[in-house]
Amino acid sequence: MSFENDLIALWITLRLALITVLALLVVGTPLAWWLANSRWRYKAVIEAAVALPLVLPPTVIGFYLLVAMGPDGPIGQFTRWLGVGPLAFSFTGLVLGSVIYSLPFVVQPLQSTFSGIGRAPLEVAATLGARPLDRFFTIVIPLSRSGYLTAAVLGFAHTLGEFGVVLMIGGNIPGQTQVLSIAIYDHVESLEYASAHWLAGSLLVFSFFLLLVVYGLNRRFDMVKV
Amino acid sequence: MTIRASVTLSKGNFTLKAKFEAPGQGVTAVFGRSGSGKSTLLRALAGLETSLPGSAISVNGVTWLGQGINVPVHERRVGYVFQEPGLFPHLSVHGNLQYALKRRVGRSAKRGESSGVQGSELAFDEVTALLGLENFLGRNPVTLSGGERQRVAIARALLSSPALLLMDEPLAALDLHSKEEILPFLDRLFASTGMPVLYVSHAPDEVARLADHLLLMEEGGVLAQGPLADVLGRVDSPLARTDEAFSVIHCDILELNGPCRLSVLRTAAGDRVYVPHIAAGQRKNIRLRINARDVSLCTQRPVGSSILNILQATVAQLSDPDLKGQQMVQLRLPLSDELLLARISEYSCQQMGLTEGMSICCQIKAIALLC
Repeated sequence: MSFENDLIALWITLRLALITVLALLVVGTPLAWWLANSRWRYKAVIEAAVALPLVLPPTVIGFYLLVAMGPDGPIGQFTRWLGVGPLAFSFTGLVLGSVIYSLPFVVQPLQSTFSGIGRAPLEVAATLGARPLDRFFTIVIPLSRSGYLTAAVLGFAHTLGEFGVVLMIGGNIPGQTQVLSIAIYDHVESLEYASAHWLAGSLLVFSFFLLLVVYGLNRRFDMVKV
Repeated sequence: MTIRASVTLSKGNFTLKAKFEAPGQGVTAVFGRSGSGKSTLLRALAGLETSLPGSAISVNGVTWLGQGINVPVHERRVGYVFQEPGLFPHLSVHGNLQYALKRRVGRSAKRGESSGVQGSELAFDEVTALLGLENFLGRNPVTLSGGERQRVAIARALLSSPALLLMDEPLAALDLHSKEEILPFLDRLFASTGMPVLYVSHAPDEVARLADHLLLMEEGGVLAQGPLADVLGRVDSPLARTDEAFSVIHCDILELNGPCRLSVLRTAAGDRVYVPHIAAGQRKNIRLRINARDVSLCTQRPVGSSILNILQATVAQLSDPDLKGQQMVQLRLPLSDELLLARISEYSCQQMGLTEGMSICCQIKAIALLC
């Protein structure tokens, strides 16, 4: 029973992390591009807002999201206007929370990669007749491979390990919003150390290999780039 | 067939205010010190600089900028060779060239330009042969030498089928060896395509060798423009005021294997010019660069001089003496009407009683062969 529950929690966690990363790459790419290239005076405001999840306790983010998703909160009213149910205590709500929580882990590597490319290759491409979107997909994306890899893995791993936000807005409903980190907590609370070990150990090993792959691949990319 | 531009731009405390006309084919050198605005002018022509109030650019009848038109960079049919080759590191040499080739079709079609200004649509094989890239196509740009990379960059710019080729000091970042390696390719390229080229440089030898037309720039403005020999021959140009003042004259080959490892050339007027041995197989017509400081004047043909090259000329114009007590003398060679500059002291001028129209002998101490 408990083992089956753990498997479901694992599945929810992986699904959450994967969907969150995909959403973040889609949202983060234009945001990071804008941050890397904009000369807007108040750009720092947006940069600070993006970096907030790095310093805030996850429970703070979770608390405000929960309030916002409530029936009187802006997100809650918006979803009601759309005709969908409240996001709190739902998987979709978890995805939204995770996207905000992991935003800097995706945006910052992308932003620094984009800045590193500089204007020169894009100007060359423009003089060769490439339109702006063409330039982005044929020059920027291929030259940002290592940045994308770092962003994807950091976003994935960070979402995998989140606790506070998920607990606040997910509410620990087994089979729906119970993720791995909370399952571990539950095991420990009920003194099921063996199960906790099993889950925690797997997560540890998995995360380590994930990072190993990133650093290994990034070195290969660097060698190509030199 | 003309390139017309009037470009105004402010960047910090630098102001570019350049107006010029250049012929619609052949090489126009843009010459000036660093910081004179040469590169900025080229960037503006390509559309890489924004906010050019009241500027106008037209290339062989096609308006790129002005009258409410502002063609974006990717739709201007411009080829740009930067100082750094800027090859895309994620593509092979072949991939870099194909990048340009694939996009040129859409670009030429979209502008709907009349057939007269299509320029030469160079084929892939033609360009790779012209720049000697046949053996590099599969290579990664990283593995090429600086000169080879710049050749790929030039080929890539050509393959985009430009109506105007802009070259921003393409040899400046190269060592002497790579420069020597690349110059013959440029000679061939310019001779065979006739494509209009604006060639930015601050190296007199490149200008003298490659250009047909000259644009002199200083502090963001155009100081002089016109055919190369005319601008070089002016005694009042900013170039003539520097120690680098030089002239270019043309000669035929009379005898390749002359006496004592010399080759003998002949000016249009029939004067002989002796130069260090020229390898066979070079062009029939040879360009010579002669520094003004290497020319001395004699009222009579000197006898028993170690200086071999003595040309007959008439004094065309005298500059005012400068602060160092030197004067620039403009000399006209008979028949060809080519201009030669000589820098001599004001004192010599007075002693010799130089006046305009006077016939005189020019002794040339050193000659640079250009091609």
